[in-house]
Amino acid sequence: MTTEPVPSPPKKVRNFALLSNRAGAAFLTPAGLLVSVFVIVPFFWVIFVSFTNRTLLGRTALNPEFVGLANYFSLFDPATFFQRGQFGFSLILTTQFVLASALLGQALLGLLLAWLIQTVPPWVKRITETFVIAAWILPEVVIGFAWFAFLDRDQGTLNMLLEGFGLPPGDFLLQQPFWVIVVFNTWRGAAFSMMLFNSAFSSIPPSYFQAADVAGASSWQKFRDIGLPLIRGHIVTDLILITMWTFNTFTPFLLTNGGPSYRTELVSIYNYRVAFQDFQFGKGAAVGVIMMLINLAFALVYLSIGRKKKVR
Amino acid sequence: MKLTIPAFVGRIAFSALAALIGAIFALPLLWFLFAPFNARAELGLALPDPWTLNNFVTVFGNSYAVQALWNSFIQAAGGVILVGAAATLAAYALSRSSIPGKSAVTYILLLFSSVVSGSAAMVPIFLIISAAGLMDTHIAVILTFAGGLLPTAMFILRDFIDSIPKSYEESAMVAGASPVQAFFDVALPVIRPGIVVVVVWAFVNIWGSFLIPFILLRSDSNMPASVAIYSFYSEAGTPIVTLLAAYSLIYSLPVIALYLFVSWKFGFRFFGGIKA
Repeated sequence: MTTEPVPSPPKKVRNFALLSNRAGAAFLTPAGLLVSVFVIVPFFWVIFVSFTNRTLLGRTALNPEFVGLANYFSLFDPATFFQRGQFGFSLILTTQFVLASALLGQALLGLLLAWLIQTVPPWVKRITETFVIAAWILPEVVIGFAWFAFLDRDQGTLNMLLEGFGLPPGDFLLQQPFWVIVVFNTWRGAAFSMMLFNSAFSSIPPSYFQAADVAGASSWQKFRDIGLPLIRGHIVTDLILITMWTFNTFTPFLLTNGGPSYRTELVSIYNYRVAFQDFQFGKGAAVGVIMMLINLAFALVYLSIGRKKKVR
Repeated sequence: MKLTIPAFVGRIAFSALAALIGAIFALPLLWFLFAPFNARAELGLALPDPWTLNNFVTVFGNSYAVQALWNSFIQAAGGVILVGAAATLAAYALSRSSIPGKSAVTYILLLFSSVVSGSAAMVPIFLIISAAGLMDTHIAVILTFAGGLLPTAMFILRDFIDSIPKSYEESAMVAGASPVQAFFDVALPVIRPGIVVVVVWAFVNIWGSFLIPFILLRSDSNMPASVAIYSFYSEAGTPIVTLLAAYSLIYSLPVIALYLFVSWKFGFRFFGGIKA
């Protein structure tokens, strides 16, 4: 085809690369394949399945039919949308759950803890950190069972304590299931916010606080006027991450099974029930698509903030 | 340093508050310190009466329970090997080669990995595994986790490799090493702490996971401990508390050990801190 080498355009100063493009591509291949098959393909496949009436069992398991938007219409059917055990109820419940347990619970408690452990003696810091982190790293099944025992109506530690203080005991898993999973998730996840804010606070030059000490500032003033403004970026990062994790969490299922009577059925649990207990894969896929769209919105915000930071 | 009296009181109040919050966090876990060693453990918090190790003996005598721990190990170890190897290679390529479009690749990976969560993608993951004929196998769980954890692992490692001076490998290549040799003999030993962090993080994630094995596995002989633990419930759905407590403790030990290892070796600083 070509006869003569075209005079190449003036090259930019080429970055010397340690790895040739070919070797680089070879190095990227295993990870690329795995991520493609188990992350990228599912993203498109779930959209496709959501337009079919595929089921786990029966005739439509092998030969699903194209049903257009029927699954979405059934999710957003205005006649039943807000009823217990329906998608709308679950979506609203999840929103309240995220607001209460992530944005208020985990973030505020994490912030308070991170601020407290800046000043307390090392041994207090170590003990507090140990338990907060233990709540976060232990396997979710174990944590679920620990809380089941903790909340038991007749023998549980919580009711024992309440009675010790002269307060009435309760069967919280039955009476207040929503607040149980809110407190549960706050307890489970506060460690992340604590560690993130802790590392943010430690990156502030100590001289700022020393200067404030000399001026006689109280801890609250130092927190409000120095700590908080300087870690604003970390707070935004933290809020987005814990919102996404709390929105997607499945762990409350291990404590409540989504019940009693759907009162703790978060969208992740709703998705599981529709797909794997009612065997409606098409409808479950539609729930998955909506969850991913919500995730996408948060991820785009998060990435745009990350990019701005890099430019600066 | 001198403290004024109000500052001193304030510091004590801070310590008391921090200790109180720590105690509240400890409360739901206290039960686990005693129940596994109590021959008559119930759901209440009680000192063991009498102290015993019989619960552990019974658990280890239950071949299904032991098999489940082994299955957890196979799945976590398999996933970790895949994640560690593939992420190291890929992160090195992203850091050290000049493949066109690699920043776009990075961006897309980051985006997809946060959008496609296990609980949103359970249906397509089930269908992919089923279409591949891998349903109810260890390899299904291993591959699913490897794919899901890889993007984050790659970012942690890429940042780590970016912080290592290129001159290490450059001098090796000046001395006549090929790029691949420079990677294996020079770069790899330097990257190792980063790989350890990623491997520990991935292991804890897979070891503790419930949802993915729960939907991808069927037969008892493949179940990991996180699912098999529900076999310690009687037919009526009430837990056999003594065995459950002992089993939970055994099952948690690797996680606790790894946590202690990481905090001893690196100080439990903030390593990505991202859970799948």
